[in-house]
Amino acid sequence: MASARPAAETRSGIVRDALGIGVASGAYAISFGAISTTAGLSLLQTVALSVLMFTGASQFALVGVIGGGGSVWAGAATAALLGTRNALYGVRLSSLLGVRGIRRVLAAHFVIDETTAMAIARDSHADSRFAFWATGIALFTLWNLGTLAGALATHAIPDPKALGLDAAPPAAFLALLAPRLRARKPMAIALGAGVVALVVLPFVPAGIPLLIVATLVALFGAFRRVSH
Amino acid sequence: MVWSGLLVACAACYGLKLAGISLPQAWLDDPRIQRTVPLLPVALLSALIAILTFSTGHRLVLDVRVAALAVAGVAVLLRAPFLVVVASGAATAALLRLV
Repeated sequence: MASARPAAETRSGIVRDALGIGVASGAYAISFGAISTTAGLSLLQTVALSVLMFTGASQFALVGVIGGGGSVWAGAATAALLGTRNALYGVRLSSLLGVRGIRRVLAAHFVIDETTAMAIARDSHADSRFAFWATGIALFTLWNLGTLAGALATHAIPDPKALGLDAAPPAAFLALLAPRLRARKPMAIALGAGVVALVVLPFVPAGIPLLIVATLVALFGAFRRVSH
Repeated sequence: MVWSGLLVACAACYGLKLAGISLPQAWLDDPRIQRTVPLLPVALLSALIAILTFSTGHRLVLDVRVAALAVAGVAVLLRAPFLVVVASGAATAALLRLV
């Protein structure tokens, strides 16, 4: 049984996993930094996004919309819609973490996919809390270092398109999407969303197709009859 | 203009995180919310892929980006690391533009 293991051994295992996740997301942040600068955001804006937003899919979507010619507001709306899942993670984490006051204000910033996955997979609340903070700190550090590295590297490139950097965002989104497609329903939703976006695209301002897709998903979720 | 949009987006994303960890659990336990929220990333990521691959401005176009996406897809199927998937897409587009 896991809980019979010495605490120190469990903790060092958690730290090892947290660092592994941090390094992987640091690499992912390098591509964010590159894509963001290519989309036309400044070095400071790119770094500010990673420090202040600190939720990968939303950041990628925001710069993806801007890079595709959409307004920053359409990008902001898309980023917020992608951030809604973090609210559900927060619900699951609040009882595990038991944080109040200033610690809750800090903890909230770390509520993302990876920290949630690391925290809920533990045998005790103490281990959950440790895993949450260890993963959060490792990720926050390496995510921001990676962003800075990626942004600095592409900052000086005169023609990003020649390097195929305009093809990087769809590849990044595909890598983010793939793990969510393991059943027929999400597959159908994904296909439908792609088709709807392309059908409305010629007729509405850039960025708006995403909001139309999000509205349709919300209506689908609200009115669909539940079948079990 | 750009800065205000970025900061509003950051505030919204943080607000959602803080709301989840602070609001009474029952508020977000509504089955419609639980059903819908996980579908949003799937739909939005897929729509973004479609738009960024098959369009330029308001026109639908087919160009090297389609091949780039296909190669990235193969990399995903082969379980390549994130950076390799992104680099394979970019490299495909760059190489095909040289031809």
